[in-house]
Amino acid sequence: MICKKILTYAGYKNIIQLSAYAANVEDIMRIAIPVDEKNIKGNVCVSFGRAPYFMFYDTEKDKSDFINNSAANSQGGAGIKAAQIIVDNNADVLITPRCGDNAAEVLKAAYITIYKTKNNLIEDNLKNFKEEKLSLLTEIHEGFHGHGVK
Amino acid sequence: MKIAVLSGKGGTGKTFISVNLTYVAENSNYIDCDVEEPNGHLYFKPEIVKREKVYAKIPMVDKDRCSGCRRCVEFCKFNALAYIKDNVFVFEDICHSCGGCMLLCPENAITESDKDIGEISEGVFNNSTIYTGILNTGEETGVSIIKKLLNNIGDEHYTFIDCPPGSSCSVMESVKNADYCILVAEPTLFGVHNFNMVYKLVKLFDIPFGAVLNKCLAGENPAEKFCIENNIKILCKIPFENELGKLNSNAEIASQIKEKYHSLFSSLLKSIEQEVMNETAIDIKR
Repeated sequence: MICKKILTYAGYKNIIQLSAYAANVEDIMRIAIPVDEKNIKGNVCVSFGRAPYFMFYDTEKDKSDFINNSAANSQGGAGIKAAQIIVDNNADVLITPRCGDNAAEVLKAAYITIYKTKNNLIEDNLKNFKEEKLSLLTEIHEGFHGHGVK
Repeated sequence: MKIAVLSGKGGTGKTFISVNLTYVAENSNYIDCDVEEPNGHLYFKPEIVKREKVYAKIPMVDKDRCSGCRRCVEFCKFNALAYIKDNVFVFEDICHSCGGCMLLCPENAITESDKDIGEISEGVFNNSTIYTGILNTGEETGVSIIKKLLNNIGDEHYTFIDCPPGSSCSVMESVKNADYCILVAEPTLFGVHNFNMVYKLVKLFDIPFGAVLNKCLAGENPAEKFCIENNIKILCKIPFENELGKLNSNAEIASQIKEKYHSLFSSLLKSIEQEVMNETAIDIKR
């Protein structure tokens, strides 16, 4: 069990690095961020899977749109469903404070690069991203499977 | 007759009570459904006569047949499925083996495969049979193990079902075919809170039940108060005693060691018999 976890972890870490290579900040991109409210001046949400909303930012049009995160109230597997939403909304990049292993596996399969936020403000993180100051999220936590909402 | 012992809160005395009832009933079955950490066997130290692996069903998707309709992904309450780049991903650790995705798939692209999730063992103690279920570490749910444990249990002898703590799927699976439920309560507010949850559960399942007040001290007992307020039959009160604590921590069966505990549990068993007979009489009148 543990071996399997380590293997998959090493597996997607590699792919995350590979796709990071492909994600060039010059390209037109759609960036996803878990957020606390539907306002670009607001804060990033500390949770990915159970964030109330997701913001999608289009680098070419310099425009953002918000959607409700229908995964937030899931009994379990919120990270997987949230990652599915990110994929279905055609994001190329996810900027988040943290991400669980199952969600990372979904995002990996869709070649979405995961960056780690630097602070709480959405705008600061977008600015840092454009200036290539964000680093890749490498600490993928094991998730809270079955220890969230019961 | 199947008697399930449950409490909501852990550490209330489910195993203590079911083990001792099994001992005084003789010629009975003890089933440890607390498959995440079974401990009844520590008391009986049974001679194991049979072991059997338990498998859970996990969906397998035939990519060639899948049309990408996503009905399976949308159906799964546990979000164990995702659809990425024309592929259905199955998160085995999260799947609860309900089989719904397979039933719904319009293309019949989903079949099931077996995943090893644990085992059950059957052992002998005096004239009683001791069944133990054990779930592999890290598995999501032990429901399939509990199903298998209770599958072939007949009604000719007493069967005591030592339930898991809580009031979720695994507890429901353990009690659903029981003839009677013993709700064990301890005199703490936390205990009463969780006692209330299993009280609601057995009422929902419409199974006759009574309460055993464990660890009783002098002074006010919030669990007793709750039972009186809700008109719950109190079957017996077990005192909070150092001696019992010691016997339990040494994995000894109190009613085997001390006559006074033997008579306490024998009279508890008699009250249960009486209760079940009354219930059956009421049932016939209905």
